[in-house]
Amino acid sequence: MSIYLNKDSKVIVQGITGGEGTKHTRLMMKSGTQVVGGVNARKAGTTVTHQDADGNDVELPVFASVAEAMAETGADVSVAFVPPAFTKDACIEAIDAGIGLLVVITEGVPVQDSAEVFAYLDGKKTRMIGPNCPGIITPGEALAGITPATIAGKGPVGLVSKSGTLTYQMMFELRDFGFSTAIGIGGDPVIGTTHIDALEAFEADPETKAIVMIGEIGGDAEERAAAYIKEHVTKPVVGYVAGFTAPEGKTMGHAGAIVSSGAGTAQGKKDALEAAGVKVGKTPSETADLMREILKGL
Amino acid sequence: MEFQAKKLFAKHDVPVTEGIVAQTPEEARAAAEKLGVVVVKAQVKAGGRGKAGGVKLAKTPDEAFEHASNILGMTIKDLTVHRVLIAPAASIEEEYYFSFLLDRANRSYLCIASVEGGVEIEEVAKTNPDAVKQIAIDPGTGVDEAKAREIVAEAGFPEVLTDQAVQTVLGLWKTFVEEDATLVEVNPLARLAGDKLEALDGKVSLDENAEFRHEDHAEFEDKEAADPLEAKAKAMGLNYVKLDGEVGIIGNGAGLVMSTLDVVAYAGEKHGGVKPANFLDIGGGASATVMANGLDVILNDPQVKSVFVNVFGGITSCDAVADGIVGALDILGDEATKPLVVRLDGNNVEEGRRILGEKNHPLVTLVETMDGAADKAAELANA
Repeated sequence: MSIYLNKDSKVIVQGITGGEGTKHTRLMMKSGTQVVGGVNARKAGTTVTHQDADGNDVELPVFASVAEAMAETGADVSVAFVPPAFTKDACIEAIDAGIGLLVVITEGVPVQDSAEVFAYLDGKKTRMIGPNCPGIITPGEALAGITPATIAGKGPVGLVSKSGTLTYQMMFELRDFGFSTAIGIGGDPVIGTTHIDALEAFEADPETKAIVMIGEIGGDAEERAAAYIKEHVTKPVVGYVAGFTAPEGKTMGHAGAIVSSGAGTAQGKKDALEAAGVKVGKTPSETADLMREILKGL
Repeated sequence: MEFQAKKLFAKHDVPVTEGIVAQTPEEARAAAEKLGVVVVKAQVKAGGRGKAGGVKLAKTPDEAFEHASNILGMTIKDLTVHRVLIAPAASIEEEYYFSFLLDRANRSYLCIASVEGGVEIEEVAKTNPDAVKQIAIDPGTGVDEAKAREIVAEAGFPEVLTDQAVQTVLGLWKTFVEEDATLVEVNPLARLAGDKLEALDGKVSLDENAEFRHEDHAEFEDKEAADPLEAKAKAMGLNYVKLDGEVGIIGNGAGLVMSTLDVVAYAGEKHGGVKPANFLDIGGGASATVMANGLDVILNDPQVKSVFVNVFGGITSCDAVADGIVGALDILGDEATKPLVVRLDGNNVEEGRRILGEKNHPLVTLVETMDGAADKAAELANA
C-alpha cells in the first residue's frame, strides 16, 4: 500500500514534448513508472520515445487533450510541466476530464490562478498536488514528479513536505528505513493537497508506520496540521520546520496579519507541533535521528 | 508606496485624489502653490509614517517647503525617504477601513471592512473585534455588483454612502484582480465633507509570479531601497536576500537553504555567535556560471568571513556542482579570498567529491555532513 500513487497508476504528462517534460518523462519511465502518453495539442498524433526500466524503447502517443489521453490509455494520473502562463488552463482541462490525481510541478504560477483552480476543484473528483512542488513518489512502484527515484527505497515512513530539496534530504537521511510514499506538496501560498490531507491518508495507509512532516515559515498550515494530529493521528509523527533565522516576511500585508495572527513563524509552528505531541528536530539530521529511534521501537 | 497605490486606484475608478509627487523641497512648494492647503506625506513602503513624523499638514507653500526639507532624507523603519506626496488637505468626517486579500488558510480571498478606520486595523481587531467584518470571496465567482452590495451592507457603511461605497468596492476588486494583487488596502477610506467617499491612503501588494502579464509593474519596484548586493543578485537572476552575519550561504532549493541558515546559526552559537550572512538559492541547475555569479555576490559582502556551499544533488548531479565550484573559482581567480566549506550529497556524490579532491584548491574544505560543514564554516568565520 501507499498513498495516492502505486504500481498500477497510469501516468500521462501534460507538456510531454517540452524540455522539462522530456527530461522527467525519461526519469519517470526509468524508475519503472507506467507512463502511457502525453498531451500537447499542437503535436497531437505524433509520438515520443523513451526507455522503460528494462532499457526497452517505448513509443508514447501524444494526444490533443487530457480527455482524449484518458480515453485512449486509461490514465488516472497527470503530471503537468507547462509554463506558468498556461498552468491554469492545463489544470482546468485535467479537472474537466476527471483525472484522479493531478500533479503540478510548475513553479511561478500566479497565486490568483491557483486560487481559481482550487475553487474549481470543489466538488470534482480530482486531487491536485502542487503547484511548485517536486510531486510524489511511492518508491519501487511509481514516480509522478521530479523526485530522484534512487535516493531511498520502500519502507515504513510516510513523508510530507513543502520543500523539494528538504524532501530529498530527509529521504537521504532515512534511506536505511525507506518510505511508503513521499509527497512534496509545494511551497506556494495556495496548493491543492495540504499537510492535513497527506496526514489523513498516511494514517489510513497500513503500510505507513510513522510519519515525517516538514514545514517552513509562512501561513498557518503547520499549526493546523498540529491540531489535526492531536485529534486524528495515532501513528508517531516527527516534525521539522525550516526558517528559524529567515528574515521577517517582507510581503506580509497588514490585513494579512489579522487572519494569521501569531502564525507564520518557525518558532510558532514548532511550538504548535510540540504541543500536539510531535517531536520536532532542530536540524534535518536530528529529525531523522528522532524518527530512527521511533522506528527501532516499533 | 502610497502614490503608486493611488495611481492603480485611479486606473480602476476608485475615488482618489492622486496629488503631486515631489523629490525636492522646491517641487513640494510648487505643488502646494497649485493645490492650496496640503498634506506632505513621506513615500516609503512602510506603515506608521505619521507616528514617525513623516506626515505633516502645510497651510502655505513655504510650510510645504519646510516640511518636505525635513521629511526628505529621513529614515522610517530603515527606509530612506526619497519622495513626498503633496496631497490636498481634506476635511475628514469619518474614517473607514477596507481591503481585499489572499486568504492563505482557506485558499481563497477575503474582504475585511470596518467602519473604524484610520488606525491600525490590528488594533481595532483587538479592542473592538465586532467592528471588523470579514467576508469570504469565492475566487471562482468573484465580486459583482450584488456581492459588492452585500459587502457594503455587512460592513455597515452609512446609508447615504451606499452607492459610492458599492462603486468603490467594485473598483478595488478590479484593482485586486486585474493587477494580480495579493492585497489591496484602503486606510482610511474617508467620508469627506459633503458625504463624499474617497481613498485617502492605500497599499497594494502585487504578486511577483504574475509579473509576466504586467510589464507595467516594473515601475513599482523600489530600486532605491534595495540593498546593493540584492540589486546585483537580482540583475544576475539570483534568488538572494542579504542578512546580517558572517557565513555566506549558497544552496539549492528554498527549503534546504532556509534549513542551512538555521543549522549555521545553531553552529554559530559555539563559535562566537557568528550568523548566516545571506539566503542564496541557486536552484536546480548549478552551472559554473550560476555558481560563479553566486560566489561573486557573496564574496563582495564585506561582512562575509567564510562561505558554506550546501548542495543536495537531486536531479542535478554532484559532479556538475563540483565542476561549477571549480569553474567558479577559476573564473574568480585572485578575487576569491575567503574559505569555502562544501558539502555535497545525493546524485553522483562520489564523482563530485573526487573532482573537488583532485583540484585540492587551498580555499576549499570538503565536509561530509550538513551539520559538520555548518560547524566548520562557523568556525572559519570566527577565526
